[in-house]
Amino acid sequence: MLDIRCGGIISEMAIRTEPFILNIGPQHPSTHGVFRMRVTLDGEVVVDVEPVIGYLHRGIEKLGETRTYTQIIPLTDRLDYVASMTNNFAYVLAVEKLASIEVPERAEYLRIIMAEMMRIANHLMAIGFFLNDLGAMMTPVLYMWREREKLLDLFEMVCGQRLTYNYMRIGGVSHDIPEEFLPALKRFVAEMPGFIDEYDRLLSQNEVLLARTKGVGILPKDTAINTAASGPVLRASDVKWDIRRADPYSIYDRFDFEIPVGTVGDCYDRYWVRMQEMRQSVRILEQAIAQLPEGEACAKVPQLLRPPVGEVYGHIEAPKGELGFHLVSDNSIAPYRFHIRAPTLINMTALKDMAIGWKVADLIIIFGSIDVCLGEIDR
Amino acid sequence: MPLKEIDIAEGLKINSLMEASQQPIPDPDKWLDEEIRRNVLITTVDYVLDWARSRSLFPLMFGLACCAFEMIGAAASRFDIARFGMDIFRWSPRQADLMIVAGTLTWKMAPAVKLVYEQMPEPKWVIAMGACAISGGTFRESYSVVPGINRIIPVDVYLPGCPPRPEGLLHGIRKIHEKIIRESIRKA
Amino acid sequence: MTKALNGEEVAKKITKKFPGSIAAADKAAVVVTRKSLYQVAEFLKNTPKLDFDYLTNLTAVDYTDYFEVVYHLISLKHNHSVVLKARCYDRDKPAVPSVVSLWRAADFQEREAYDLMGIIFEGHPNLKRLLLWEGFVGHPLRRDYL
Repeated sequence: MLDIRCGGIISEMAIRTEPFILNIGPQHPSTHGVFRMRVTLDGEVVVDVEPVIGYLHRGIEKLGETRTYTQIIPLTDRLDYVASMTNNFAYVLAVEKLASIEVPERAEYLRIIMAEMMRIANHLMAIGFFLNDLGAMMTPVLYMWREREKLLDLFEMVCGQRLTYNYMRIGGVSHDIPEEFLPALKRFVAEMPGFIDEYDRLLSQNEVLLARTKGVGILPKDTAINTAASGPVLRASDVKWDIRRADPYSIYDRFDFEIPVGTVGDCYDRYWVRMQEMRQSVRILEQAIAQLPEGEACAKVPQLLRPPVGEVYGHIEAPKGELGFHLVSDNSIAPYRFHIRAPTLINMTALKDMAIGWKVADLIIIFGSIDVCLGEIDR
Repeated sequence: MPLKEIDIAEGLKINSLMEASQQPIPDPDKWLDEEIRRNVLITTVDYVLDWARSRSLFPLMFGLACCAFEMIGAAASRFDIARFGMDIFRWSPRQADLMIVAGTLTWKMAPAVKLVYEQMPEPKWVIAMGACAISGGTFRESYSVVPGINRIIPVDVYLPGCPPRPEGLLHGIRKIHEKIIRESIRKA
Repeated sequence: MTKALNGEEVAKKITKKFPGSIAAADKAAVVVTRKSLYQVAEFLKNTPKLDFDYLTNLTAVDYTDYFEVVYHLISLKHNHSVVLKARCYDRDKPAVPSVVSLWRAADFQEREAYDLMGIIFEGHPNLKRLLLWEGFVGHPLRRDYL
């Protein structure tokens, strides 16, 4: 309602407004992949968000039913393509639980070293692109990419690939590390805390970051538990739940590390939790390198593995959340049913809660702080 | 509810595109004949124009899946793509002339790719990056994957790899430069 | 360590409250009948000693005679877990009550089970296809597709 005074006469004009549906389409500059949102706007304020997914649905679950247990490992690489080692890890852990296979000590340590390196690489990318969404065009990305390239070089030394590794096998890892790997990793671990301090100095007290992310997109604790959020999204909402501590898999109970927890659950807390997790990963890496024993890299497992009839659900703490594999076996060479519990699909359920009432620019930041990967959502 | 009707209309578009793309589109190879039919004056003008065009391509970022991260790696500071003149990745197809399709294409996404390709002004070139864009890759037998993007749009350079290294992408871009040099002004 | 509760003991507690709702129970999982799924789920969520407030995973498996919907539940407070299952024997229109009003995590996962397997979740506010497009014929993850 607007009142206009013209020449002493007050007249009231009612302006009719109606909500407007905006399509933030599958090809858009927020480099999280082919994701589409239909946003209902009232002026510039978000009233409703409807995510539309499926633009990268490749049918991995159906393809898994026609491949042997070892042939599925390269398929799992392409799920969360930014952090492939942890996908492989979750899958081989589930199969080993199903078939009761023992893994040698050295292989366990190597797996944990790879998983923690992958966590650092993933968080570097996540923070870099979160800041890209905020408007700091490519500068943080290029800084973080400098460290990520060092990590990708280390991975290339071990298994020959930069992005989709296919390194873990059922019963261990595919081959042992070369001699030049450990000295290079020690150099990286020694200088990484210095780099994280550099990013902290550059970013954490930055006025623009604080003004745009403090108090924006709050996820309350009960909603986070009810919508089964996991990973940094859950921990930023003041829930201390980390599968490495609550349900330790592999040999995580031998390491000493802390679990950073946020207070409010806004975008700043999610960014802060990821920064602290990088520091804790460096701590785990130092301990793992010091304790690495000699031994074999892989147990003897038949090439065409036939696990006993049954089903299993194996889950790990992937960098983006809880990644789980539900396998049903009927004693043949391929699984009967192969289901993937994708962390980012379920983290995204709360997007509507977090975004209603904010403006379009905030919606992009809120979505960036969840850190999605479309390969995992769509499978 | 209007959203439900939008869904149904888009579904019909996808189904009809699936029916229409049963055969691959032939690769553009008119540049092979051009070598023969050239006269002297046009050749010099041709050469300068093609040289200028090829050294200042504006790429359109169309990263769909894992190959997108090697494309970003090529654009980062280590494997600098800016030294080839392709500094800024354009997000709007109206301002781009090279489309790098990196990743698996599904039938649900296919109408969007066709629309973006048609929005690009002539002359334009397409690079198919990665095994999934060339032929469907490891997902070829799936029920929802397009077996190669040349069913939907014509492709100039095919770049194999899963994913190809950033140096591989730079090699593919050099091949596009060579192709542009050999094209005539009469094409545009 | 998250303690995986023994299915038979949980089944005994459920039968005391809702007699006749258990179809089968073994060490790993509890199978309930279709009709009593919602009440059993509510009981598991709200009872003080059980407190299952976190729905980790919701899937569907197609054994050719019947469909089975599997729920993995965890309690964050007591750090224990249980597996709940429900079977439906109808091949054309399998239907199971939806648990979205208890755990909102089931929202996208039930839509995906409907999309890929064809199981209808009664009471879901927005049951439409999630990963495939409207107009796709069939449900790909069934054993008899293609």
